[in-house]
Amino acid sequence: MFEGLSDKLSAVFDRLRQRGTLNEADVGEALREVRLALLEADVALPVVKSFIAAVRDRAIGAEVIRAVAPGQQVIKIVNDVLIEHLGGEGAVKLALNAPPPVAILMVGLQGSGKTTTSGKLALRLVKREKKRVLLASLDTQRPAAQLQLAQLGQSAQVPSLPIVAGETPTVIARRALEAGRREGFDIVILDTAGRLAIDEELMAEVQAIRAATNPAETLLVVDAMTGQDAVNTARAFNEALGITGIILTRMDGDARGGAALSMRAVTGAPIKLVGVGEKLDALEEFHPERVAGRILGLGDVVGLVERASETIEQEEAEKLAAKIAKGRFDLDDYAAQLRQINRMGSISGILGMLPGANKLMGKIDESKLDKTVFKRQGAIIASMTRIERRTPEILKASRKKRIAAGSGTTVQEVNRLLKQFDEMSGMIKRMNKLGQKGLMRHGIGALMPGRRPPF
Amino acid sequence: MALGFISRLKEGLARSTQKLTSGLAGVLTRRKLDDEALAELEDLLITADLGPAAARRVIAAFRRTRFGREVSEAEVKESLAQEIAAILAPVARPLTPDPAHKPHVVLVVGVNGTGKTTTIGKLALAWREAGLSPMLVAGDTFRAAAVEQLQIWGERVGAPVITGPANTDAAGLAFDGLARARAEGADVLLIDTAGRLHNKSALMEELRKIIRVLRKQDATAPHSVLLVLDATTGQNAIEQVRVFKEMVDVTGLIVTKLDGSARGGVVVALAETFALPVHAVGVGEQAGDLRPFAASAFAAGLVGLERA
Repeated sequence: MFEGLSDKLSAVFDRLRQRGTLNEADVGEALREVRLALLEADVALPVVKSFIAAVRDRAIGAEVIRAVAPGQQVIKIVNDVLIEHLGGEGAVKLALNAPPPVAILMVGLQGSGKTTTSGKLALRLVKREKKRVLLASLDTQRPAAQLQLAQLGQSAQVPSLPIVAGETPTVIARRALEAGRREGFDIVILDTAGRLAIDEELMAEVQAIRAATNPAETLLVVDAMTGQDAVNTARAFNEALGITGIILTRMDGDARGGAALSMRAVTGAPIKLVGVGEKLDALEEFHPERVAGRILGLGDVVGLVERASETIEQEEAEKLAAKIAKGRFDLDDYAAQLRQINRMGSISGILGMLPGANKLMGKIDESKLDKTVFKRQGAIIASMTRIERRTPEILKASRKKRIAAGSGTTVQEVNRLLKQFDEMSGMIKRMNKLGQKGLMRHGIGALMPGRRPPF
Repeated sequence: MALGFISRLKEGLARSTQKLTSGLAGVLTRRKLDDEALAELEDLLITADLGPAAARRVIAAFRRTRFGREVSEAEVKESLAQEIAAILAPVARPLTPDPAHKPHVVLVVGVNGTGKTTTIGKLALAWREAGLSPMLVAGDTFRAAAVEQLQIWGERVGAPVITGPANTDAAGLAFDGLARARAEGADVLLIDTAGRLHNKSALMEELRKIIRVLRKQDATAPHSVLLVLDATTGQNAIEQVRVFKEMVDVTGLIVTKLDGSARGGVVVALAETFALPVHAVGVGEQAGDLRPFAASAFAAGLVGLERA
């Protein structure tokens, strides 16, 4: 997410760490680097200036000079100010406490991802909050935009307002709320056409929609790749509509995402959600302290654990636990593990959440980093017979040759897979030997056979 | 054409430049160009998305010739625009389909939401008006209703649109499109693709597959690979261009949404870094809102210079 900025700040602070004491000049030098890094990360200039001023105020003077480890102290100050500027600790929930149907108005520039996000938000509210949601597209500008939302609704299994050709956005909005009332929906998501903040006619139109629907949330959808213009857009939409929250999209890209800081600073509205992928469930809460942690290279372990616990299916996990308890772990289970890793998202996304991993990531060509190895391993296992999967010991040369041919791989790859499987099942056997209590006493380290486990 | 174009581009850029203009006026009306003034100028370029490095380079060049002089606002703007126009001039190259190719195959790529489909509609119209027969391939088989969106553009501009069922293989569709374009003697084949983030390797690999498959019919295809960039994008545009260029050999850029408040200053950094041609700019949602990219007009717009 914010790897680039992490690298920059790590470089600055590595130098700081090597020095015993800090003076004003040191802080000044560090802050110049921070300023540059923030600008390269597309944080808007006025926001950079206020951020730097806030850090300088706290860094120069007693706090730092008396500190035991001045470098660490500066890191902490930058981190604290970053969290404050991003909105303080913890995720901010959507405010949905209003008499139903609660209207949510989605606004933003063209191509920021409003329609996709509307679909994701609907799915999220249905799945997590058990709400009855109606989707309605007021986008009469872009060709097929209404159809797009209807199709997204279909894939999310969320009803959408029937399209009536020729209606104006305000008329559609009224009809949507009327349908919401009549048919007992909790929430009506109103997706609007993309518009430029300087387009007075279209801004007046969305103001009229707002007045007609009195939304509980007016969410500004912003591309994480946005540059300096983030401040202009945020200010104009906020002045015209009173933004209640921001959704940052395409956070799965490699943009440094400085727009997050800019938007928050200009509107004062919290960033409530972030889009992290093209799939409909790729919408997550925004945690300022985690993002700040990533900026500073501290990693986002909490986010990783959360994502893992959500994607690993309970049922599969229980089945696996039962098998492990019995000391049986076969290639079918291994394949299930591969599928779960696939579900967790891109490797770079997972790596990015690990502390210190951003340094490693710099050395890996991200565009070439992929999960094809897992896919290939899945294919190898799929080319085995059921008996082979249950008792991999019977796999000898001719069976391996057949499997390699069947899966479009090589015997070497089949061997590599079997070796990894061996290591993993060895680990599981040791785990069983230790038992739950032993595991608690000796920690995970007791499982390691001296070699790195496959995952 | 040239006169009309400049006034139309100015119209599109006028609003974008208002803030920079008033900023410059405030900073530099008859004032000595000292360190402080230059630092403020550098800041103004940064707010136009030039990026800190490119802004520093432009100002450094400016400092050599102008430092310490008493300058008026108009002088500063004029010379700053010249400085930037000189960087942009080599990349201002329009895209003209090569009649030697039947059809000239244009693959249109970019990250999500930059305006690929809209740009294809606009290009198709421009080429139809130039007397060519364009054909479109609805290669975004992933995003909901992307096919329908292109079909509507096809109807608007009078160009046939090749489509397949949802989630079809885009490469196969492109192959069929090229076969049909050859059979029917189309002059240009515009292939739309799904938006993809450049750091998703599997999706980038899909684009390469489209190219491989096209080459089975025409070893020289695609003749143009256009990367569509959103002017509101900040410094990440550099990474976008780098990766797309490396993966699919981008031949030129189109910068969209220049009618907004974003100034697209990253184009200056892109010109310095990659020297890829910038063929056109998008300045609105209508079919006619595509303009050739002109260095001096763009630079003048960037610094808020009014030219008679």
